[in-house]
Amino acid sequence: MMDFTTPPYLLKTASVQRVMLQVLAALLPGIAAYIWLIGPIVLVQLAIATLAALAAEAAMLKLRDKPLGLFLGDGSAVVTAWLIALTFPPLAPWWLLVVGVLFAIVVAKHLYGGLGQNPFNPAMIAFAVCIVSFPALMSQWPALGLKTSFGEQIDIVFGLAARVDAMTGATPLDAIKTALKLGEGAVDVPALLANQDIFGNFAGRGWEWVAAGYLIGGLWLWKRGIVSWHAPLGFIGGITLLAGALWLWNPAQFAGPLFHLFSGGAMLGAFFIVTDPVSGCTTPKGKFVFGFAAGLLAYVIRVFGGYPDGVAFAVLLVNICVPLIDMYTQPPIFGMKNEK
Amino acid sequence: MITRAELRQIAANGVWKQNTSIVQILGLCPLLAVTTNLVNGVMLSLATIIVMALSGFAVAALRNFIPHEIRIPVFILIVAALVTVVDLLFNANLHELYNVLGIFIPLIVTNCIVLARVEAFANKNPPLQSMFDGVFMGVGMLWTLALLGGLRELIGAGTLFSGIDMVFPGLQPLQLLPADYPGLLLAILPPGAFILLGCMIAWKNWIEARAAARRQLRTDTALAAGN
Repeated sequence: MMDFTTPPYLLKTASVQRVMLQVLAALLPGIAAYIWLIGPIVLVQLAIATLAALAAEAAMLKLRDKPLGLFLGDGSAVVTAWLIALTFPPLAPWWLLVVGVLFAIVVAKHLYGGLGQNPFNPAMIAFAVCIVSFPALMSQWPALGLKTSFGEQIDIVFGLAARVDAMTGATPLDAIKTALKLGEGAVDVPALLANQDIFGNFAGRGWEWVAAGYLIGGLWLWKRGIVSWHAPLGFIGGITLLAGALWLWNPAQFAGPLFHLFSGGAMLGAFFIVTDPVSGCTTPKGKFVFGFAAGLLAYVIRVFGGYPDGVAFAVLLVNICVPLIDMYTQPPIFGMKNEK
Repeated sequence: MITRAELRQIAANGVWKQNTSIVQILGLCPLLAVTTNLVNGVMLSLATIIVMALSGFAVAALRNFIPHEIRIPVFILIVAALVTVVDLLFNANLHELYNVLGIFIPLIVTNCIVLARVEAFANKNPPLQSMFDGVFMGVGMLWTLALLGGLRELIGAGTLFSGIDMVFPGLQPLQLLPADYPGLLLAILPPGAFILLGCMIAWKNWIEARAAARRQLRTDTALAAGN
């Protein structure tokens, strides 16, 4: 804290590779919690996604006559791959991840012009494509009470053993959604949160700590100056506002903001998805608006929609609005006033 | 009458150069909704071909009697009458398929391809040419819809020619991919149609660009040889 220097300062050049490596490092606390919760199969899924992403990236770079080493080493494909692996169900068959990764790298990234050109978040494209195409497989989240050995998990992922329905359970979000669908009085949400064994201290049991891991990693990214506070705060604010309002209005039917922030992909989304510098907004105010809109939409889709979580669709929908948001949130040039 | 060169030019325009689906990008509504499999795409194209051939002929034959100011309503009347005929024919002879294609057969009347060809071609050319223009524009639509429908069906469900039994009762659809193929549902859904159509347009442009580059190379070498 005491190493004073005087301006002018030289900025450390932020290469794509440096940024991407720090993003990967920031994912580690969440991944560690995930492994503690599910088992080492998470690492296998990460490896499958990484290999598929690097292969797809190399093939596309070769097709487009781009320098292989420069772009392959920048780590952007690996970040996409990790985000895909972390958003897919951990016991998803290996080919599901490969399909998702191929869509993300080939269609969402390279068909739009490669690194820095994609209007949509590649990882979220992968999630949306797979959940639309294979809704059953993408909704099979492992039941927590059931312990499966690493060998059994490997067999399931690589299709050597049959997929058993009993191994999957309703996610906390599903349980809340079912309670809402059944209507007023059928299920009391506070009682549900307190009693059922899939719920933990403030969100889904176990999952809340994975989300907390992402939160820690995200805060570290913010501290390092890799991401600004605007988009994550907007996203968290959007979810909190809507969840809080509905919860205050009818606590018997809606879960509170804390539950929603630590469920599903909310924390991962807040710090690693809406902060994407390519598909997100570029102006500070715009980043906040972007995050806020994504947060509101994510809540609406996950609570009232038919899919298990809404973060992916929310982010993709707001991605379309990015040029508009950027246009209206242009900061004034230094020393000038914006024309009214 | 029609000369061979004219016919060749009309055919080239319809099938490739002015292809309705991948060059003019017309008639996207039936294209997206109906090409969930090959049979639907082909059968709707066949219905469109019949309508386009007849309407081209009819409009061209009447073109000197249709007042210019009200030509569009008159065209639509002619096309609508022909579509009604085709609609009733489908309903009578291919009833199951008619149920599958549903509203898209009556909607041929609003298909911009039909009106565009009537307005742009049949209104200015003799009947025989106009009829062939309708046929070949339809053939252009036929092969693109067949390709798109086939791709969507294959990727989405792993089969080909599903629903063929509605047209030829004795035939069975082909199961090309293994029976446990999960099927990429996205290909069957509208986004899949957009993505695959985009790929087909890119493929066509790529072929054109390559041909243009080759032509350029040939003129360059010819010029160099001339010097």
